[in-house]
Amino acid sequence: MKRVYPNKEYCIGCHLCELACITSHSKSKDLIIAFREERGKDGLSPRKRVFENGDISVAISCRHCDEPACVAACIAGGLHKDPETGRTVYDREKCVGCWSCLMSCPYGAIRRHPTEDKIVKCDLCFERENGPACVEACPNGALKFEER
Amino acid sequence: MKYVIIGNGIASIGAIEGIRKVDTTNEILVIGAEDSHAYGRPLISYLLAGKIGPERLALRPQDFYQKSNVSLMLGTRVTGIDTTTKTITTDQGDTVEFQHLLIATGGIPFSPSIPGTDGADVYNFTNLTHTQLLISKAKEIKRAVVIGGGLIGLKAGESLFDRGVEVTILELSPRILSLAFDENAAALAGKRLEEVGLHVRCGVTAKDIQRDTDGRLKGIHLTDGDFLQCDAVVIAIGVVPNYDLAKNAAIEVDQGIRVDEHMHTSAEGVYAAGDVAQAKDLLFGEKRVIPIWTNAYNQGFCAGKNMAGCATEFTGSLSMNSISFYGLPTISVGRVNPPEGDDSYEIALSLDEKKKSYRKLVFQNDRLVGYVLVGDIDMAGMYTAFVKFKMAVPEGAKKQILAGEPDVLMWPDDFFQETWNPGVVDPD
Ligand SMILES: Cc1cc2nc3c(=O)[nH]c(=O)nc-3n(C[C@H](O)[C@H](O)[C@H](O)COP(=O)(O)OP(=O)(O)OC[C@H]3O[C@@H](n4cnc5c(N)ncnc54)[C@H](O)[C@@H]3O)c2cc1C
Ligand code: SF4
Ligand code: SF4
Repeated sequence: MKRVYPNKEYCIGCHLCELACITSHSKSKDLIIAFREERGKDGLSPRKRVFENGDISVAISCRHCDEPACVAACIAGGLHKDPETGRTVYDREKCVGCWSCLMSCPYGAIRRHPTEDKIVKCDLCFERENGPACVEACPNGALKFEER
Repeated sequence: MKYVIIGNGIASIGAIEGIRKVDTTNEILVIGAEDSHAYGRPLISYLLAGKIGPERLALRPQDFYQKSNVSLMLGTRVTGIDTTTKTITTDQGDTVEFQHLLIATGGIPFSPSIPGTDGADVYNFTNLTHTQLLISKAKEIKRAVVIGGGLIGLKAGESLFDRGVEVTILELSPRILSLAFDENAAALAGKRLEEVGLHVRCGVTAKDIQRDTDGRLKGIHLTDGDFLQCDAVVIAIGVVPNYDLAKNAAIEVDQGIRVDEHMHTSAEGVYAAGDVAQAKDLLFGEKRVIPIWTNAYNQGFCAGKNMAGCATEFTGSLSMNSISFYGLPTISVGRVNPPEGDDSYEIALSLDEKKKSYRKLVFQNDRLVGYVLVGDIDMAGMYTAFVKFKMAVPEGAKKQILAGEPDVLMWPDDFFQETWNPGVVDPD
């Protein structure tokens, strides 16, 4: 399956991927409205996180692992592996906000929703025609969406 | 039958998914004593609290079994295993042959011998039937006493309280959550419960359960001489591995059913997984029973792959708990209470009682072997990485990790590359 691969050699720490991510997951699909309004009002937050350490940075999100620790941990059936697409899929309706997945994912790919007892996790922008928004937005080719 | 699984919990689901990774054709038979589809056992406290409805209990979609070519015998209890003829018998009178058998029978609630326990209105809280009983009971009662201040006891207390019942929790040791958490975390959690209105009493337990001449429950005599009036008692001391089937079949049993690195028991073709199994511990190597969800799934998954012929070593159990008390999240992973006086361990703490925030990191020889977080839990997974992958914390990075800022850029370079960006040769 195709996954997003981050290359820390190319990442310039600009956070544009995070902005593209929240825009892609917003109702308005408009960066300014998403950032100014939906972020505060709906707790809209990025599914990626840029880590910076000195002058090195990298943008990470869910790896859609073959044998995901988060799925093994979910007590509610809120996370599962889609056998057809290979994605690690999150079902918001089933989530009870126990944070077992957040504790178990050693890749730090799961966040708490800022206002609800629900998690926030990368869905590979599965409904988006051009693939993940973060990859498209990265100005330096530090994120690649490909089969390896 | 090629594959037979006894038990219909999460270890069983893990096994089905493990088998199907390798073998997509041969039929699997699951035999479960409870007459319901596999449900999230920890969810029963959400159900008792009224936070979710029964329709949200199922762990997998309705068509999961059909799509995975699994046939179910529910409401059926396995009564015996014969390891020489490779057959099992059930209470419905069936005899089933197996090639590969998984014992995933979980745990059974442990009940201490307290006089007066036998009779009405004394409950356990480990399955759906107990929960449904407690839900209907909660409507008519005013006061309940929960015996046991571990995870299940506290969850039972919280849920009954949410149903409008006045709750007192009794814990024999000097503090609640003595197994999985440490003193500071337990104190914060305890305070949160008291704040909301539950009563938590430590260092005391039930001496006997009092009944009137008709056998109706009146209350509990405590070991400190007090008497608590109540209409229901919930015993939640813990679970013990449900291994009698194995033991009666002369399969090797210690604290649980002993399994090797392939989750295989001492009997040819027979595997065990979950709360019933005693398997390798990831951090310390020895075999232990760690009765938690993730282990049950992982062990089941590993057993499943091995049953289907793909030799896979079990990486080991890791104790981990995540639980919230009225919005106060707590997480504990690995070894959080190292043996006293062992100076190979180093502990770093940061506690802010006002903010209800706590962090404890336990190092052994420059490796993180355990941690506790209360309140601010957002970086938990990043700490788990250090524990799970047994990565040394670089000296320069120690300060950063102690400050609560663990990060992927602290990983050894080649491991980072292999994990996050495999198959790419650096340009220089
Ligand atoms: C209230 C509660 C809250 C919990 N919360 C958490 C939590 O937050 N996090 C966590 O990690 N863990 C939690 N746990 C523990 C977790 O639920 C268990 O570790 C896990 O369910 C073990 O899975 P298992 O498949 O090994 O066993 P089980 O889920 O116990 O399943 C065993 C199955 O085998 C069946 N069975 C037994 N004997 C037979 C027989 N002879 N024939 C046929 N079938 C049989 C039983 O009916 C049962 O369905 C909680 C447990 C409880 C009770
Ligand atoms: S959330 Fe974590 S464990 Fe789950 S699939 Fe993504 S990276 Fe893997
Ligand atoms: S927080 Fe939600 S998705 Fe994560 S383990 Fe708990 S129920 Fe599952």
